[in-house]
Amino acid sequence: MSTQKVVAPNGNRSGPALSADHLSKRFGDRVAFEDVSFEIDYGEVFGFLGPNGAGKTTTVRTLSTLISPTSGSATVAGMSLVPANGVEIRQRIAIMPESPGLYLRLSVAENLECFAGLYRLPDACQRIDRALRAVNLAGRANDLCGKLSKGLRQRVSLARALLNDADVLFLDEPTSGLDPVAAREVHELIDGLRQRGVTIFLTTHRLEEAERLCDRVALLNTTLRAIGRPDDLRRQLFPAVLLVRTLVPLPDPDLVFSGLPAVDSWRQDASGAYILTVSDTIVAAPTLTRALVAAGADVLSIAESHHSLEDIYLELIDEDVEAGTI
Amino acid sequence: MSVSMTCVRAIYRKELREYRRNGSIIAGMTVIALIFVIIPLIEFVALPASASRTLRTGDALAYMLGIPAIVPAFVAAYAVVGERQQGTLEPVLTTPIRREELLLGKALAALVPSLAVAYAVYAFVLACIDLFAQPVVASALITVPGVLTQLFFTPLICGWSIWVSIAVSTRSSDTRGAQQLSVLGGFPVILVANLIAFNAIHPTLSMVIIIAAVMLVLDGIGWRAVSTAFDRERLITHIR
Repeated sequence: MSTQKVVAPNGNRSGPALSADHLSKRFGDRVAFEDVSFEIDYGEVFGFLGPNGAGKTTTVRTLSTLISPTSGSATVAGMSLVPANGVEIRQRIAIMPESPGLYLRLSVAENLECFAGLYRLPDACQRIDRALRAVNLAGRANDLCGKLSKGLRQRVSLARALLNDADVLFLDEPTSGLDPVAAREVHELIDGLRQRGVTIFLTTHRLEEAERLCDRVALLNTTLRAIGRPDDLRRQLFPAVLLVRTLVPLPDPDLVFSGLPAVDSWRQDASGAYILTVSDTIVAAPTLTRALVAAGADVLSIAESHHSLEDIYLELIDEDVEAGTI
Repeated sequence: MSVSMTCVRAIYRKELREYRRNGSIIAGMTVIALIFVIIPLIEFVALPASASRTLRTGDALAYMLGIPAIVPAFVAAYAVVGERQQGTLEPVLTTPIRREELLLGKALAALVPSLAVAYAVYAFVLACIDLFAQPVVASALITVPGVLTQLFFTPLICGWSIWVSIAVSTRSSDTRGAQQLSVLGGFPVILVANLIAFNAIHPTLSMVIIIAAVMLVLDGIGWRAVSTAFDRERLITHIR
């Protein structure tokens, strides 16, 4: 997929692209989300993660002016989130919902033509052509949407979200239903949009997708459980770990590992590898290497163990499960 | 508030395209209208010449004003609840379109086929009467004031029916329920039309003008009232 033809977004770039300040939404007694605060810069890809029912979709609907917050404030594409700004905010944003919501009796081009009209775009034909080429659907413009596969409908929905060159793009599960090749093309498209300064608010259950694409992620489970760069969250949640593999087991590992600077503790796993919890890998790794060589160990590898975003997610959600919040 | 005709036109064109692609919509409207007229038409055709004297005292064809009261309900009742059920409402509401523009586009799109069906069926009835009824009966039934009344009141009644149906559609969670309730909205018009047809009411010119003016105002108020009742949040979340 290509983003070469996507023009630069609107000019007003003072302040964050998206911000929420103690934003909450309740439906009667039920809390959809509560006390959500964040700031997202222009050109940032922001992952919004959380289990089903966590309030992600309601947050997106609130930020896109579909529903009103119960309390708190927000700015969207540089405009305060108040009913009076609804039309102008919606002019500057685009949403790709999880369900494509296409008119199945209309062709791909007719669907996009309708939305080009709703966005009041003067150069509709060029925009439609550009959006279709961006999602590799130029050859399917005249196909009825009802006859497209789920994956192709998802692409039409993405093309629709590209029509108005939005400043802020909300993508809800953009690769749901797509095959790996098409999903990779969507990832490339998102990368291209980021480079052009488009802010992307990405809601996804695919954690590897979030890890690959997002500058920062937020984990929501009614309230914000964590927010930050995946690396920062890893550091906050998990101690640094060095993994040592040797050809033969060490005769007295405690003698080697105990007392090394920055090494807090060690244990051996079932495969025979040594797992060392360290406070600072930069300090621990060189001294550990010297200690192993001095002990005559046949070292196969010394590596920093890497926790995935999934580990972070599960760590935080498990906390909620234990606390009985889900 | 200014109305963007670009947005209205986008919705209008989309709706008409959907009607065109789904032939059963227009066919269904036409069949309903024909069912409404077929028995009275047979009776008119079968009337003896002597019946013309009675027919001259009223406007027997006024009952046909019931067609524009009923037919639009079948498309307009779908306007909001149908989009909601097929998941297309949310993407539309995330665009800059105002609710007034969305509803006006929907209403105009419902008006066009409804008018076409109502006028076509009326023309069909007139043609049948002219061809098959006794000439004196035909001349008693087909009068210039009667035809003008039909031509003039059909869009006004369609408008009323459309706004009632869209109002029902915005509050309903089921398409079939919305259609049934919407048809009920046309009953006051059918009642008045039948009272005129059966000579229970003898409308004067001034009465006709007043009724037309009232309906025109009601159509305008209907647009604003339905727009006010159109609650994005309730439609999207199904809560409130």
